[in-house]
Amino acid sequence: MANTYRVLDKVHLQDEEEFVDILEDKRHCSDLRFAFRTFSPPPYKGAPACSSAELNQAVLESQYLRYVINEVALEMGSSVEEVRDEACGIMREMSQNLQLRFIRLMGFVVRKVFKRIFSAIYVNMLQQATQECPVILMPNHRSYIDFLVVSYILFNYDIPLPVIAAGIPLAGMTIVGEMLRRSGAFFIRRAIGSDKLYWAVLSEYVRTIVRKGFAPLEFFVEGLRSRTLKSLPPKLGMMNMILEPFFKGEVYDVTLLPISISYDRVLEESLLAHELLGVPKPRESTAGLLKASRVLQENYGCMHVNFGRPLSARRLCEGKINRCQYNLTPRDLPQKPNAEAQACGSWLAHMIVRLQEEGALTSPWSLMACVLLQVPTAALTEEGLLFHQLTERTLWLRKLALDFRAHLNWPEKVPDSDVMSSTVALHRSVVYRKAGRVYLTRNDELEQKHSMEEDMMRTAAALLMLASYRNQCLHVFVRPALLALAMSVTKSTRKDELLTCFCFLQEVFSNEFVFIPGQSSQDFEEACSLLHKCKAVHVGQWEVTNSDTQPEVLSFLQELLKPFIESYQLMFRFLCEERDCVFREKDFLSGVRTLATKLIVSGELHTYEALSSDMQKNVLSSLRRLGAITKITTSQNNEYKVNKSAVRRTGDMLAGRIPPQIVQAAPDARL
Amino acid sequence: MKWNGWGYSDSRFLFNKKGQAEFTGNRYRLSGMIIPGLKDWMEGTFGANLQHKTQATVSPILFFFSILSIVSAAFVEELKSTGIPFSHEAEDRVFRAHGKKAHFTHFNFWFEKVLFINVTLFFFFFYCHNDVVKIVELACKHNVCLIPYGGGTSVSSALECPPEETRSIVSLDTSQMNRILWIDEKNLTAHVESGIVGQDLERLLNESGYCTGHEPDSMEFSSLGGWVATRASGMKKNIYGNIEDLVIHIKMVTPRGVIEKSCQGPRMSTGPDIHHFILGSEGTLGVVTEVTIKIRPMPEYQKYGSVVFPNFEQGVACLREVARQRCAPASIRLMDNEQFKFGHALKPQVSSIFTSFLDGLKKFYITKFKGFDPNRLCVATLLFEGPREKVLQHEKQVYDIAAKFGGLAAGEDNGQRGYMLTFVIAYLRDLGMDYYVIGESFETSVPWDRVLDICRNVKARIIRECKDKGVQFPPLSTCRVTQTYDAGACVYFYFAFNYRGLSDPVHVYEQVEHAAREEILANGGSLSHHHGVGKLRKEWMRETVSNVGVGMLKSVKDYVDPNNIFGNRNLL
Repeated sequence: MANTYRVLDKVHLQDEEEFVDILEDKRHCSDLRFAFRTFSPPPYKGAPACSSAELNQAVLESQYLRYVINEVALEMGSSVEEVRDEACGIMREMSQNLQLRFIRLMGFVVRKVFKRIFSAIYVNMLQQATQECPVILMPNHRSYIDFLVVSYILFNYDIPLPVIAAGIPLAGMTIVGEMLRRSGAFFIRRAIGSDKLYWAVLSEYVRTIVRKGFAPLEFFVEGLRSRTLKSLPPKLGMMNMILEPFFKGEVYDVTLLPISISYDRVLEESLLAHELLGVPKPRESTAGLLKASRVLQENYGCMHVNFGRPLSARRLCEGKINRCQYNLTPRDLPQKPNAEAQACGSWLAHMIVRLQEEGALTSPWSLMACVLLQVPTAALTEEGLLFHQLTERTLWLRKLALDFRAHLNWPEKVPDSDVMSSTVALHRSVVYRKAGRVYLTRNDELEQKHSMEEDMMRTAAALLMLASYRNQCLHVFVRPALLALAMSVTKSTRKDELLTCFCFLQEVFSNEFVFIPGQSSQDFEEACSLLHKCKAVHVGQWEVTNSDTQPEVLSFLQELLKPFIESYQLMFRFLCEERDCVFREKDFLSGVRTLATKLIVSGELHTYEALSSDMQKNVLSSLRRLGAITKITTSQNNEYKVNKSAVRRTGDMLAGRIPPQIVQAAPDARL
Repeated sequence: MKWNGWGYSDSRFLFNKKGQAEFTGNRYRLSGMIIPGLKDWMEGTFGANLQHKTQATVSPILFFFSILSIVSAAFVEELKSTGIPFSHEAEDRVFRAHGKKAHFTHFNFWFEKVLFINVTLFFFFFYCHNDVVKIVELACKHNVCLIPYGGGTSVSSALECPPEETRSIVSLDTSQMNRILWIDEKNLTAHVESGIVGQDLERLLNESGYCTGHEPDSMEFSSLGGWVATRASGMKKNIYGNIEDLVIHIKMVTPRGVIEKSCQGPRMSTGPDIHHFILGSEGTLGVVTEVTIKIRPMPEYQKYGSVVFPNFEQGVACLREVARQRCAPASIRLMDNEQFKFGHALKPQVSSIFTSFLDGLKKFYITKFKGFDPNRLCVATLLFEGPREKVLQHEKQVYDIAAKFGGLAAGEDNGQRGYMLTFVIAYLRDLGMDYYVIGESFETSVPWDRVLDICRNVKARIIRECKDKGVQFPPLSTCRVTQTYDAGACVYFYFAFNYRGLSDPVHVYEQVEHAAREEILANGGSLSHHHGVGKLRKEWMRETVSNVGVGMLKSVKDYVDPNNIFGNRNLL
């Protein structure tokens, strides 16, 4: 545990390092010259690079894969050759084909695009010495652009280009798929399930890349692009594959490099909001991409790419893993990671997410979104919010965020009012300013006639966008906010009771906010010290009491989490009111949406976030973890069985009607 | 012999007035030669500087007045009556209490630290088996702790007196039991007293036209009894076998009496082999007094050889193939790049311009013509033995395999120097110590598929640990594969660092050594291939042999030596 803190401290130290605008220093050099610059990254341990064909061959010839192929052939009753052909097919579908020519082409195109849409790309690059061990780049995933931006930066800095784990839908795009492949992307199917052969090919492929170490491996530990701009709980499959060569001694160490990419404005913002409202996401296709080229007409402000300090997996795993456990079976044979290895992988993955959050930059807009979401919706749509009031609140929040050790990208040497107005101008897709007041933007002004319902959907879209931008800075406030919430839920001042409630809230919201498993008490301590620091509470040895000097801090924090509480309660209510004890996920989503719409219209529900399909799914996962609902394994279409009293009890605990208990959560099965 | 360093008093490395390295004496091939490359190598590898010399060590005798001898008077009386000679000279005692090779690094630092560790109070020199029986009986009667002492070449702290021991400690020196009692030419065995030192045994047998073929690197000083007690391994084990393959019969005196087998059958199925309680018992059960050992006619022909590989990976692959085809020569060793460079630095000054020209040509051929990277290439040394024709045939087979892995034959001379190095490397450590460099070697055995991984990881771990512990200069961290088996290999590591600027170098050194052993175990290596456990590595015994295993060994100890007379506390 102490390890984490040491690591986290280092991140704070890193503040001093300068961000450099990589577009700026190259703006005067032609794109073409940039693309054809000499690119000579230092070789890995002096060994020659490994071509993608060699890599594929090494994977297919590995003893591990041969063993699995034989096993699968035996199980399926098919011949070994057939299974091997199938494995080759998987390999073809998956493998990357990194070629410098294409990187140059991409460099050219990407630079043109970036220069058009971004005012600056700030990079905080740590100059690294030649690597002694394989490097894993672990960026957060907020936009499709994430794929390109890291490679682009590494190209810029003469660092070996990464191979990138990508979702299979991208491979299906004509031309673009192939271009990505040649820029180093390899493609992973979404639902692998229990396809043994696929797992074997994938894991051997990843492990071989790590073992050979010729190129950094880039993957998104969150697994998916976050629709809500909030960190997602990490996926552990890839993490385990990467750690295995180290656990088995095949490499001395693995260097993990968390990367935080923060956008002032995300390209897909409205797409994401609509997706959350249930409008199906357009399939990734080249035609779709061309259609979307409209987004290139707009300005998306700045992008910040913060490279974290390289972490040594060896150092972090010290004392957490007994590597001798691999001594007695050949390392080439399939072996499921044991509980210890899995816990270690999970802990590391969560810590990486935390570090990504720590490294992310909080924009003024994100703080404004927090403020705006605490204003009644009607006020935003009808009478508008006074601009100076917004400024005042945002500046107050900026101070609080700084107290909470946030990294802000508040422009220096610019008057605050200018920052505020330029931010509002940049985000005119969400809000606009008219006569000293700020209003919510609702698109499609052309269509004159629209029903109440449609009107509401438009408001919802804007508000969900706003919520997403708020989410960008939620990690700064979440620990103190949970404590503030625990204080209001329990109405107690005793530390032990607050801690119990705090842990309970962490458990309930474990799909909303990412916490490192097993570190609740450290999180709690952190929350106490942060609130103490901004003078919102007094922290004694046994007690945490309200201080009267800063009452608005606690109320702001409680208000910040209110949408979550309200939405969760709504869905709990929905589940309890259902007639049946068995429901399908699809019906749940639409049912909740209908109920929420009704309640919003009637003014009973104040938050639009209950409409977000992301939140709805999180409630389901959370209840599953808490054991209040169980998935029916036999059914094909995601059916759940609900234990109403357990759901009601959880709701009561959340409302403070009964004291919270720590529920023994089911073991995490997100592999 | 030196009391505070390795080997013979007349043989040592020194820097002469011109600042050139020189090896004194006349015992080795390198003796009396100037070694021009050594100075640069030492300065380049460790950042050592000839200006910075460690202070001279103090004679131990100064310190030993403060020791109180608490010896049971009755024991001394009875002892005198036996007429067996003994001594309690301070120098002897230190010598016996630590062993020559074992951690004499301490001496140069805090002498006090060593001082307050228990020191042996007496020693006995025996002349025959019956003397030992008498002493052991006496010791049992008076409850005195006994520590058997052979050649004193232990590197596992096996000879250190346990600090928690409160009884009198008596060292049993077997060095006077050094006779060959008989040679059986029909069965090719020899019955030998256990105190005989390796080189004497070999010399005496050679006189009759025989040899044992057991040649551990320490054979100049280590004794037959010591080999048995530690499960020693010899360089030429591929032909002659390790010590457990060589012994036919063992006689050991224990507090319970004498243990031995009733016949000399070459193999027996009579339950677990009792020899295996004795082999590797490290002096915890009793004193080995007599051993019957296999002998062989002396080999007709010997030939050294060497092969250069473009990199270590290829070299290991070649050794693996040689082992697969079971055609390993008497000895085959693969040194990594660092050790290759080290060997190079130890080349003596060449006498003629012609040889130096030839050397230059060879270097040019390998690095430029064949494209070997001088910072990656490594070298294997070979030793063939047997009838002349067979040796030549065997040689060709091995070189053919090597060629498949990119190996180039690099001459007899390089091979021979490689083997000589193992004898002088211990002397070199003493030289290093004069210039703030301390080092140690350790070994392990590991399955074939892990050889490369363990070499890389352990070397990297040593470097990282040194850096973490504040060592100012990059350490020397190097390895070689010294033995091949069907299922794995023996790997030998050396590490050394310049400790200038460290406040507690011994502690750092111990930490690094500890970390390196942890790394070995985590990478599937064994606790020891032939050095033994001693006290240095006993903390890992339980995880190595399991709880039940430790229990088994304990129960044997409890039966054989219930009062812990053989109280050196090794192993368990």
